[in-house]
Amino acid sequence: MATVQDIEIGDSAARSAQAAAELQDMQGEKMVLNMGPSHPATHGVLRIVLELDGEVVTKADPDVGYLHRGDEKIAENMTYTQFIPYTDRLDYLAPLANNVAYALAVEKLLGVQDKLPLRCQYIRVMCCELARISAHLLGLGAFAMDTGAVTVFLLTFTEREKIYNLAEAASGARLTTSYTRIGGLMRDIPPTWCAQVQQFCDEFEVSLAESETLLTRNRIWVDRLRDLAVVSKEMAINYGLSGPNLRGSGVDWDLRKNQPYLCYADLEFDVALGSVGDCYDRYLVRMEEMRQSVRILRQCLQKIPGGWANEAHEPVSIPDGKITLPPKQKVLSSMEELIHQFMLVTEGVNCPPGEIYFGHENPKGELGFYIHSRGGGVPYRLKIRAPSFINLSILGELMPGCMISDVPVILGSLDFVMGESDR
Amino acid sequence: MTSLEAAKTIKAKFGELISEPVEFRREISLKIADPQRIAEVSSLDNYGDDPRWTVVYHLRAIVNGIEIRLKTDVNEEKSELPSVIGVWRTANWHEREIYDMMGIRFSGHPDLRRILMWEGYPYHPLRKDFPLAGKPTDLPGVAFTRVTPMAGGPFVTVAGGNDSIAREPRVRIPEEDEVELNARVEARGDNKAMRGQAVGPGPIKKQ
Repeated sequence: MATVQDIEIGDSAARSAQAAAELQDMQGEKMVLNMGPSHPATHGVLRIVLELDGEVVTKADPDVGYLHRGDEKIAENMTYTQFIPYTDRLDYLAPLANNVAYALAVEKLLGVQDKLPLRCQYIRVMCCELARISAHLLGLGAFAMDTGAVTVFLLTFTEREKIYNLAEAASGARLTTSYTRIGGLMRDIPPTWCAQVQQFCDEFEVSLAESETLLTRNRIWVDRLRDLAVVSKEMAINYGLSGPNLRGSGVDWDLRKNQPYLCYADLEFDVALGSVGDCYDRYLVRMEEMRQSVRILRQCLQKIPGGWANEAHEPVSIPDGKITLPPKQKVLSSMEELIHQFMLVTEGVNCPPGEIYFGHENPKGELGFYIHSRGGGVPYRLKIRAPSFINLSILGELMPGCMISDVPVILGSLDFVMGESDR
Repeated sequence: MTSLEAAKTIKAKFGELISEPVEFRREISLKIADPQRIAEVSSLDNYGDDPRWTVVYHLRAIVNGIEIRLKTDVNEEKSELPSVIGVWRTANWHEREIYDMMGIRFSGHPDLRRILMWEGYPYHPLRKDFPLAGKPTDLPGVAFTRVTPMAGGPFVTVAGGNDSIAREPRVRIPEEDEVELNARVEARGDNKAMRGQAVGPGPIKKQ
């Protein structure tokens, strides 16, 4: 016995149209995810409002300012010397480099940059390079940990500890170093310091090689970083990126080479460049920069005028009573020095009217100070070009199209610090 | 010689390095060899002078390292400049910052919001008439006393308390913070037995 069943099939075109309409409804449902401001992968207090389609980021809106202290406003209300401690707190992973950048900017305004004693220049370069290693080590450790490789963090932080010890030996403070003064340094390095730096260099090279074996050819690491968040040359320049992020895109621009300051012109080092501009390139550039920093440190150790112990008493500050504080002995015994001391402390370094911009190759990029002076010991306007701030502005362009698990990787590869970004 | 002629003279002198002169408000802009970019945009408050604002652009060519500082003045009534985002994308956040800190608007900016301060903040802190905390001012006290939008929110801990668990934002109900704090202060004053004990946030037992 046969049964006949009618099946309603309907028009195929109508069915597909209906399905497409339903599907679109489902696809159109986007989720907004608030990442930060308190999130371990945002390295501070960055907040990103992510718009998600499933696991894919469709829009990213970075929100900065949670750490805003008004440093530029503060600077207008104190003397140049008084602002030095505030520079410690900009990029607080490399306070020594910030001190140097700020001091050089004010010295440029004074027109005494090339009068700095050579020993001071070498010590400053060593401070900058130690700060660069320290900042890159934290960036690398946190980057690896955000990506899931916890071991590297332990290695890099062991090395950072030694740099903190060196900063403490030189300046007396581990984090808030305030080591530079306008026209020189707070004091000379202790006699054993150079030996400690040498020992650090020897140990650090081993440790860095170990970190490298854990990451550079690690399959998971490479797979997660390669071809992610590619920044082309043009894009990097247009967005004003600087530092390792700019060089990761293959733009040959390093202020230490292109606009040499201090004694960088006398030192040999190579500028690391990426080829693709992805996260992996930015990682490689940072690794190479650390090796180059060690190279610079070793040259400084060899060339430093006055030698390690400075038995010849080479000066570390410009011997000009109108710029740097005179020796205490003289202040107590000589009228002129007493007046200099009094004027410097009460009114600050007397800067001429004018305006300057000085860009310094900081670990995160170009830390620039634009100082507009109307004469006197207080800046009329002091603008800080914070590399992290400008490097972050590219996020909205980089993130759409990435998976949500890529977000911490991109953040880690850009290596920013919010203390500097928010000022 | 007008400035346009001057600019043309420069163009004739440098040829390829420089583009045809373009008028940019009262100043003449000359574009310098690509690829180039803004290193920095800054702003000045010439308080007491007219025009009040100066906006400073630091331009830099990456290839040959040429650096130029461009400055333009804006008066207070207008307080507006054309945006340069079309040329340099990096100007986006620079201009937002200047708008936030100085209150100069940029016409043609696609997203001119405050960036460091929060939306709805009534002042522009880098203006010279905006005082530091503790300095005498004509501005209403709201500048320093009003709470920020985050205060009492789910991310913010409150000071005090005997352990971090009590300060943990998630265990607190923000609206009750103030009530509880008052109760706690009261309890501390009245009850000698509570001296030296925890007075931090967290549920307190009714006595």
